[in-house]
Amino acid sequence: MDDSDYRGQPGGPLAPGGPLSGMAGSPAPGSFGTTGRGPRLLTGGGRRATAISTASTLVVIGALVAIFLVAPGSGEVRHTFFSPHDMWQSFIGNPKKGYYSVGAAIWLNIRMFLAAEVLILVFSLVIALIRQSTSPVLFPLRVLGVIYVDLFRGVPLLLVILAIGFGVPALELPVISHQPLAVYGVTALVLSYSAYVSEVYRAGLNSVHRSQVAAARSLGLSQWTAMRYVILPQAVRNIIPPLLNDFISLQKDTALVGVLGAIEANNAAQIYGSTVFNYSSFTVAAILFLLLTIPLARFTDHLIERDRRRRLAGEVT
Amino acid sequence: MTEREPASAEAIRIEGLHKSFGPNQVLKGVDLRVATHEVVCLIGASGSGKSTLLRCANLLEPIDAGTIWLGGSRITGAGIDQNLVRRHVGIVFQSFNLFPHMTVLRNITLAPTKVLRTPRAEAEEEARALLDRFGLAGRQGDYPDRLSGGQQQRVAIVRALAMKPQIMLLDEVTSALDPELVAEVLDVIRELAAGGMTMLIATHEMGFARDIARRVCFLEEGRIIEDAPPAELFTSPKDERTQRFLRRIVDAGRL
Repeated sequence: MDDSDYRGQPGGPLAPGGPLSGMAGSPAPGSFGTTGRGPRLLTGGGRRATAISTASTLVVIGALVAIFLVAPGSGEVRHTFFSPHDMWQSFIGNPKKGYYSVGAAIWLNIRMFLAAEVLILVFSLVIALIRQSTSPVLFPLRVLGVIYVDLFRGVPLLLVILAIGFGVPALELPVISHQPLAVYGVTALVLSYSAYVSEVYRAGLNSVHRSQVAAARSLGLSQWTAMRYVILPQAVRNIIPPLLNDFISLQKDTALVGVLGAIEANNAAQIYGSTVFNYSSFTVAAILFLLLTIPLARFTDHLIERDRRRRLAGEVT
Repeated sequence: MTEREPASAEAIRIEGLHKSFGPNQVLKGVDLRVATHEVVCLIGASGSGKSTLLRCANLLEPIDAGTIWLGGSRITGAGIDQNLVRRHVGIVFQSFNLFPHMTVLRNITLAPTKVLRTPRAEAEEEARALLDRFGLAGRQGDYPDRLSGGQQQRVAIVRALAMKPQIMLLDEVTSALDPELVAEVLDVIRELAAGGMTMLIATHEMGFARDIARRVCFLEEGRIIEDAPPAELFTSPKDERTQRFLRRIVDAGRL
């Protein structure tokens, strides 16, 4: 059965027979739901459906552009946010004039993201394994795990960044109170995100059927060996899409570390704006973040689609 | 494993085994002995406790009361290393439970390499030999979802055999298979029996049980009601409950 028969059809409501005719599978003119190949942004097949969706897309985009252009403040906004000169100036930066390069500052975001990502993957796995453990000896750690997850999922990331970024240096401890701002930022990101990601791991561990544990243990594998070779690999496979989704979010949230004064892209853009009184620098920062997140988003889609195909193939056999 | 008794040809001995799941009493005092090289079949309606008995014998379920000996050594109670016991007791499940993220070969060699510390090359050689023996040559690189149910179950049997167990526990290993795939799995079990493997088999295949078993045990409501050679149990069952069960089986056309 072609699965697109049961999909929502973007052209459905406009079809001659009304929306229900497509769902019921009656052969409406223009043949809805007859083609079904690969992942589609434009669901539903047929030349007519494609024409309708193209037209409606053009109308919507055209309307948005028109509103932007005819708005009373349009010229002002175009100058303030989309000035090519200011976009270029903020991108390359000019320390003599008192502002930093947004293009260079994004590297700090990338570095913070990469460091945080690795630490989160490890730390949250430890939390998840502790919370999943059953040994009575680990009871105190399990309680700590619950408190930790509740605490850091409940407190806004911005407050965690402020608390660590300003609190830890104020303690005046040797070494740990004298780190670069980005280190405090990464610490806060790791603490906050690990609380979420440990729950994703836990869901993944629970998604592996208990019979797999029984099969592994029945062969004489210890609890740890069974976890390491049988349960965890399957769990991780199941949670790659949601994990990547969290990491897309993490890429953007590195911008929050700017509140500490670290010169990351968003902060550099802000400095440009308050120095030159032109906010095209924010547009540059936004474009740079998009260039980072969109490839990861597409990669996530690709993995989800591959997983869906594999599941379908698995059901057939 | 402690309390070694005088040398016996006894593979497994179960005495007074009780097991409950919450308020539900599944096993109410089971006594059972299986001699080395003996094949014993467990029959009985679904829910009679066959699977639970096998899972208890593999220590997958903690027991409430009773004692189990393996090859004369006590394996229940305090101070028992369950992982050590399970090396010697192979179990095959109704639903295969192969590891889907590993190739057939890796499914088989995982436990020998990680538990017995057999060198990988040696473990793979043994695995290939077993695959050849059970008609699965050339399948070692495949993932389980590429195999038919019958092939998967044969791989699961090979996986358990790779640990060179003293006894094999088979838990309704053909119940999840399409009828045309049942024979190939039963053939494997016949070959194992011919090779002298000690087996305790829970099954719904009465014809097969009559064929292969030296003794057949009928379970009902967590007790072994009757324990006799198949010729006796299937033709002239003594207990009225066994007669009733077999009559239902015959009516259903399964004997």
